[in-house]
Amino acid sequence: MASMRDIKRRRESVQSTGQITKAMKLVSTVKLQKAKGKAENTKPYFEHMYKAVNSMLRKSGTILHPYLEGGKSEKKGIIVVTSNRGLAGGYNSNIIKMVLNCGISKEDAVIYAVGRKGKDALARRGYTVAEDYSDAMNEPVFRDAASIGRRVLSDFAEGKIGEIYLVYTEFKNTVTHIPTWLKLLPVVVSEEEEEDGMDKLTLMEYEPEAEEALDLIIPKYINSLVYGGLMQSFASENGARMQAMDSATQNAEEMISDLELKYNRARQGSITQELTEIIAGANAIN
Amino acid sequence: MADNSKFFRLQVITPDRIFYDGEAELVELTTSEGEMGVLKGHIPLTAILVPGVLKIKEAEGVRKAALHDGFVEIFQDHMTILAESCEWPEEIDVHRAEEAKHRAEMRLSGGEAETNVARAELALRKSLVRIQLGQK
Repeated sequence: MASMRDIKRRRESVQSTGQITKAMKLVSTVKLQKAKGKAENTKPYFEHMYKAVNSMLRKSGTILHPYLEGGKSEKKGIIVVTSNRGLAGGYNSNIIKMVLNCGISKEDAVIYAVGRKGKDALARRGYTVAEDYSDAMNEPVFRDAASIGRRVLSDFAEGKIGEIYLVYTEFKNTVTHIPTWLKLLPVVVSEEEEEDGMDKLTLMEYEPEAEEALDLIIPKYINSLVYGGLMQSFASENGARMQAMDSATQNAEEMISDLELKYNRARQGSITQELTEIIAGANAIN
Repeated sequence: MADNSKFFRLQVITPDRIFYDGEAELVELTTSEGEMGVLKGHIPLTAILVPGVLKIKEAEGVRKAALHDGFVEIFQDHMTILAESCEWPEEIDVHRAEEAKHRAEMRLSGGEAETNVARAELALRKSLVRIQLGQK
């Protein structure tokens, strides 16, 4: 059995770790509340944008536009949203695993990293990281999403990349976060029928012309998707960290009670031993 | 909503919030093709917005807001504005707008090779709209 002092030292170290994880849990709980509210606020914009672009594309099926066709380049741009800090359970590794197993070879992938964890992990494995937007992950605002959107679109227009994907973590609820793979460009028209039959019949006028309108709306569409992805990931990150820290705190508590028991046993043992020794000594004198 | 009513539903949505959701009689806004007013029963139209003043005439009176960058979808009985940012006059920081205007003008007149003229002009237009509304 380990000595009393060893057990005591170990218990103290576990206790202080437990305090840290508890504090981290509280911090991420507060952050999660905020991020959740924000992520929910972005939903209407995102949904309307999605619907508008989809119905626009469906109605104007004959429009030929570079944004609707794949680029010539074999390279594929991937926007990877992870966190800057670790200790968030499987949050980062799930995203990284998804990128590694996506079927796009290292040579063909161009990474636009948001979040240091993803950037470091992919760079280490030999991926090309074109740009690092990690600062955006501290507090994502729309301007960050817009600057990412502008960059990938200009690379797309210049023919550096032929397709654009977004990898982020969807925030279903506080305990469920789903790594998600989304194709941004070329735009895919969803096959779902619009529930509103009226909409299909109305002929939409465009001002300016449809091609020009698409030219302006698609970038906004991309920006809003990227922004939505950032917000969802941010909420997921804090949710994942909260969970991870919660179970770490629980484990620490379990360990402490276990060590407490061991410590008490050791104390009892040492007292018994001392008594035995004293009695044995007294007996010897008599 | 009764059919003979003059009012139609207007929604203004920005990435951060639902800016406005209510019944309007007349909506005036600035599109890339010029200013336009929308009444109920307008033909379906999608237009691109440029920075300008959004005027909403509702039952209780007229409200104004600074509307930057976005697009609008107009249907017979409702209308949706998707804007990247939109502000009520009381939310505008005139001081900041003045600074932004100054910066944009500097960039435009400076003629540096790096200047993105289109973006500087956009910033200038935004700041002008903010100042115009904020000072009232």
